Amino acid sequence: MAFVLRRLLASIPVVVGITVLAFLLIHLVPGDPAQAMLFGSNASPEQIQQLRDQLGLTQPLWHQYATFLGELLHGDLGTSYVTHNPVAHELTSRAPSTLALTGAAMLVAVVVGVPLGLVAGVWPGSIADTAARLVSFVGVAIPYFFLALLLVLVFAFHLGWLPAIDTGTADGLVLPALSLGWGYAAILTRLIRGRVVDEYRSDYVRSARARGCSELRVLLAHVFRNSSIPAVTMLGLQFGNILTGAAVTEVIFGRPGVGSFLASSITSKNIPVVQGAIVLIGLSYIVINLVVDLVVGAIDPRTQLSTAAA
Amino acid sequence: MSTLAIARAGRVARRQSRSRSRQRLTSVVMVVVLLVFLVLLVHPGSFTSVSPLDNGDDFLASPGGAHLFGTDQLGRDIFSRVVHGAQPVLAASLGGVLLATVAGVVIGLVGGTAPRVVSVVVMRVVDVLLALPVLLIALILIATIGAGVKSIVLALGVAYTPGFARVVEASVRSLRSVEYVQAAKIFGSSGVRTAVRHLLPNLMTEIVVMVSSAVGWAVLTATTLSFLGLGVQLPEPDWGSDLAAGATSLSTAWWLSTFPGLAITVTILVANYAGDWVMTLIDPGRARSRTRFRLLGGLRSSLPPAAAVAPGEPASLTATSAADHVPASSNPADHVPADVPGPVPMPGQGLTSQERA
Repeated sequence: MAFVLRRLLASIPVVVGITVLAFLLIHLVPGDPAQAMLFGSNASPEQIQQLRDQLGLTQPLWHQYATFLGELLHGDLGTSYVTHNPVAHELTSRAPSTLALTGAAMLVAVVVGVPLGLVAGVWPGSIADTAARLVSFVGVAIPYFFLALLLVLVFAFHLGWLPAIDTGTADGLVLPALSLGWGYAAILTRLIRGRVVDEYRSDYVRSARARGCSELRVLLAHVFRNSSIPAVTMLGLQFGNILTGAAVTEVIFGRPGVGSFLASSITSKNIPVVQGAIVLIGLSYIVINLVVDLVVGAIDPRTQLSTAAA
Repeated sequence: MSTLAIARAGRVARRQSRSRSRQRLTSVVMVVVLLVFLVLLVHPGSFTSVSPLDNGDDFLASPGGAHLFGTDQLGRDIFSRVVHGAQPVLAASLGGVLLATVAGVVIGLVGGTAPRVVSVVVMRVVDVLLALPVLLIALILIATIGAGVKSIVLALGVAYTPGFARVVEASVRSLRSVEYVQAAKIFGSSGVRTAVRHLLPNLMTEIVVMVSSAVGWAVLTATTLSFLGLGVQLPEPDWGSDLAAGATSLSTAWWLSTFPGLAITVTILVANYAGDWVMTLIDPGRARSRTRFRLLGGLRSSLPPAAAVAPGEPASLTATSAADHVPASSNPADHVPADVPGPVPMPGQGLTSQERA
């Protein structure tokens, strides 16, 4: 319990930092937000000034930040310059698509990476090990956006098995998830293979065997359990990268998600959307890492103990 | 028995000499490949006399014949575009990593040696930036300063700085309690002097490892940004933007995207292998498969300290890394298993057949 509390307290400065960064963005971007909002509407200078007052841009910086934070706590992220709809609404309506892609990519990473890494680690030098090496070779080197195009070329255009762009169905999720998840499957395979090989050399494996544990039990209850800790930590750390990778994948496959929304908002300087997306991505990253630490703590109680001691 | 021993010794010696000559071969190949990339960066014209911007009469020619990689809708030679497209990618990723190295080392040294008030503030800011994905930081920066190769360099530099600063800070913290640093302090060496004269030289291995493992990631991020249209603008050649431009006609002309994509893939591969090669040069003892995760390992230290130590990170062979465990050893029992080398597998233990394979 103290571990959970300590971990929660530690994430507060990061949350504050992310909101400060998102808040400052509106002042860092060249150009006047009020002008940007009224762009193309032939507004008079008086109208622009009026909007500036209305937006609170004439207030001192700390006051603006307090207002920003207060609105944030009420779930208000401002209005989009382009559609004039609430950003919070625009983001939440697109979030399920991005979450589905991120989740599916993580699933690909785990479903491909964990068994392959385990088998390759148990029998180094076997065919499975060669296969694992091939997977990680392909996954680490080929950029996911290039892999996406190759997969589309083969599975959509040549074989015609799957749609090339998003259709809103589960079929349309296969290629994006494969192309995005493959790289993380590669990292996971290498990580788990290395850990399993290392763990098999450790004392506790020898003593488990001496106690008469079956090889399967040694593998699952001892080796896998200990190998999974860095794997879980790695996936948590990579979550943010998968999320931003989803942004690029969404652009390729024409999926209407937070990522493609963010990318188009950056090019159109739609700052409230960028701010909202930063807060959303940053917070989900913090939450995921919190969950990861709690999961790791549950798998390996030693981490809790030494955190308490530190 | 003795004949067996002699035979075994012979086998071992032969294996050692074979691995040594293999290492030499790797070095030669690596140097040649890196030289090729250097020429691509400095003077791409030496590989092709065709201009990447010249429109030809041969539209959308498939690969082979007069145009090795084919031509695009305007009849431009893809091979020439791939050769010339290397420059922005290499310049952006190497420049970005260089920037991040300088900034990361300075910030890490400050975070590790400055008075508590300063270092806590600095490292908190680093923590916040670490909590954001690299690509997102880069995107935010480009949103504020606009697109272009220079923006990508700056964006990569800023995005990779927090990770580098964390790695350097962690190493500095572990070095601070080492005797010669303490001695320098006792003899009146100033903070800056200690940092530059005593800490920095001993951090060199860590820094080189960190940098060499980051270049591959930087190439990926740089090409992602230009793929999104935030780098070099068409018609100038660039792997990322050419890949994106060709994607629209993927079903009719596969070669437009495939060759820039292959170029990116080969570059990332070379960057990774070069990283491994540099590692074996400076520290032959370190396990090969671990190198590419050094950066992740560094990031992990931003989480609770226990998470960084407890997974049983095997003890490195360098003196600097061995010292990692010193300051945190409030709980010595935790570290003992990690510092003891694994048991040597005995014959007939069931494991040796796998080990040998």
